Amino acid sequence: MSRRPIDGTLLKQGAEAHVYKSTFLLPTVPSLMKVRPRKAYRHATLDLRLTKHRCVSEARLLNRCRTMGVPCPAVYFVDERNGEIIMEWIEGPSIRELLQRLIDGSPDRPSEAKEQSDGDVLSDPKVLQLMRQIGETIGKLHDIDIIHGDLTTSNLMLRKERRTTLEVDTSETENAEKNDEGIELLEGDYEVVLIDFGLGQVSVSDEDKAVDLYVLERAFISTHPKASGLFHTILEAYKQNSLGSGIVLRRLQEVRLRGRKKSMIG
Amino acid sequence: MPIAIGLEGSANKLGVGIIRHAPGKPAEILANIRHTFVSPPGEGFLPKDTAIHHRTWVVGLVKRALRESGVAIADVDCICYTKGPGMGAPLQSVAIAARTLALLWDKPLVGVNHCVGHIEMGREITGADNPVVLYVSGGNTQVIAYADQRYRIFGEALDIAIGNCLDRFARTLNISNDPAPGYNIEQMAKKGKHLIDIPYTVKGMDCSFSGILGFIDAYANDMLSGADKRDPETGERITPEDLCFSLQETAFAMLVEITERAMAHVGSSQVLIVGGVGCNERLQEMMGIMAAERGGSVYATDERFCIDNGIMIAHAGLLAFQTGFTTPIDESTCTQRFRTDEVLVKWRD
Ligand SMILES: Nc1ncnc2c1ncn2[C@@H]1O[C@H](COP(=O)(O)OP(=O)(O)O)[C@@H](O)[C@H]1O
Ligand SMILES: [Mg+2]
Repeated sequence: MSRRPIDGTLLKQGAEAHVYKSTFLLPTVPSLMKVRPRKAYRHATLDLRLTKHRCVSEARLLNRCRTMGVPCPAVYFVDERNGEIIMEWIEGPSIRELLQRLIDGSPDRPSEAKEQSDGDVLSDPKVLQLMRQIGETIGKLHDIDIIHGDLTTSNLMLRKERRTTLEVDTSETENAEKNDEGIELLEGDYEVVLIDFGLGQVSVSDEDKAVDLYVLERAFISTHPKASGLFHTILEAYKQNSLGSGIVLRRLQEVRLRGRKKSMIG
Repeated sequence: MPIAIGLEGSANKLGVGIIRHAPGKPAEILANIRHTFVSPPGEGFLPKDTAIHHRTWVVGLVKRALRESGVAIADVDCICYTKGPGMGAPLQSVAIAARTLALLWDKPLVGVNHCVGHIEMGREITGADNPVVLYVSGGNTQVIAYADQRYRIFGEALDIAIGNCLDRFARTLNISNDPAPGYNIEQMAKKGKHLIDIPYTVKGMDCSFSGILGFIDAYANDMLSGADKRDPETGERITPEDLCFSLQETAFAMLVEITERAMAHVGSSQVLIVGGVGCNERLQEMMGIMAAERGGSVYATDERFCIDNGIMIAHAGLLAFQTGFTTPIDESTCTQRFRTDEVLVKWRD
């Protein structure tokens, strides 16, 4: 099975995928190509099974979200044989990058000033609003019975303005990125966009939804220890915006306890 | 140059180690000995019997460690012991031994988190500076990275630990516990060749092994009661070796995957494997391939340091002691649950 050459620039090596920035149909429509390369560490049969399943399932879930109004990239093209998806390009930082920038400030800032600013930044109403928006988006996702499967701040992106599919992109994105890096991004309208659905599934189970939140909670707290206090704002917004949230949040309590009660011998 | 003695007994291994720290030099291992409580095939180790084992052997082991190291009691700066996590009764037996030594020799006590012991020893031996850590043992499965003076847990097994899964499977197949069930599974897996389709459960940086265990246990029981199981492609009979092989290939792929996800998330290309299951050469090999594809490398230690031991408790304890930390005797308790991220890691910046 020979791969056709990839037309685009390698952006990064994600957790399991290689992502390339390219254009789709028109040179003015930026796109992202996600390729799941073979993992040499795992048994070839298992590898093939997983890669194929994840590619198909990611494309399917993205389509489902899209139709149901949950913000995510539109799927342009799927090649399940090679495990490739071409999708809409989302312009903006991941929530992880954004939070890290807000917390660490610019690298050349003296450390005392940094310490002082932590508290201010994190209690900024704009940051709280961002947390609410994250909770709301996840609430919407669970309301349509989709479990993301890998909720982290790396897999949530911030998009400045809504742009309809295939609308021509004329802005000098490179420059825009450099000028607006921090809190300014949270002024005005933006969207929290979900990406990376390879581990997702359709499920109505409260347990599955609770585990989805638990996975995010732990990833959030360990990635952004200084911002851990913000997490409850996400849950609050989730509670207010998702229909079955009462039961799911009670279940989350149980999942957390299970984690803590687990015996840890050896 | 400070010297510490470390006592470990959170599970079925009793270990005593003596270490010396010299500034700017690698830590010096003066003694590192262990005695393991081995239960009969088909049985796990019970807390009560394990505690009796530890009480029986601890005095002899401490004496031997001192003799081997050539260290005089007067030169020991502190007594380190495992505060948790682990099994209650064995932990308590060893804590009592540590308290007795502290009173007898008039030395300060240092209570140590077992997981932090594994991590610090792994870093010391391998020289891995700031790796993502996969901690895999009988009771723990955690993906850890350091930030802001704590070892933060990015992912873990949501139900049973990998080591527990392997041990329980070994019991179903009546595989010997000597020297360790996981070691014997590894040897059998080398002879397996058919991969059977086993549930693969990864949720972000977390994973789950109870589904795997349930599935493969049922499969093994079917086989043991005479069911004819064959590989669909070759028509060849599935052997117990194939089961060990399939279990390892599937479970370890999950572990490597969650580790890789954490590495991508925190932007690191170093990975350190610690804990008893970390001795497994197939796991090390798989992790090595993954790390190489990310332009990094894997760090692992051999059984002297992977498997529970006293030296890691002495080492982590001495690091804390040098920052001024001690455990007053009336607080020198132990605890079955003691999370890795509860410890303030004052010795790193
Ligand atoms: N549609 C997109 N537009 C822009 N950047 C994206 C898009 N999808 C993914 N990325 C970037 O690529 C990275 C990896 O993609 P992701 O789908 O999360 O794969 P992985 O499973 O490897 O984490 C993301 O963290 C994000 O920075
Ligand atoms: Mg991702």
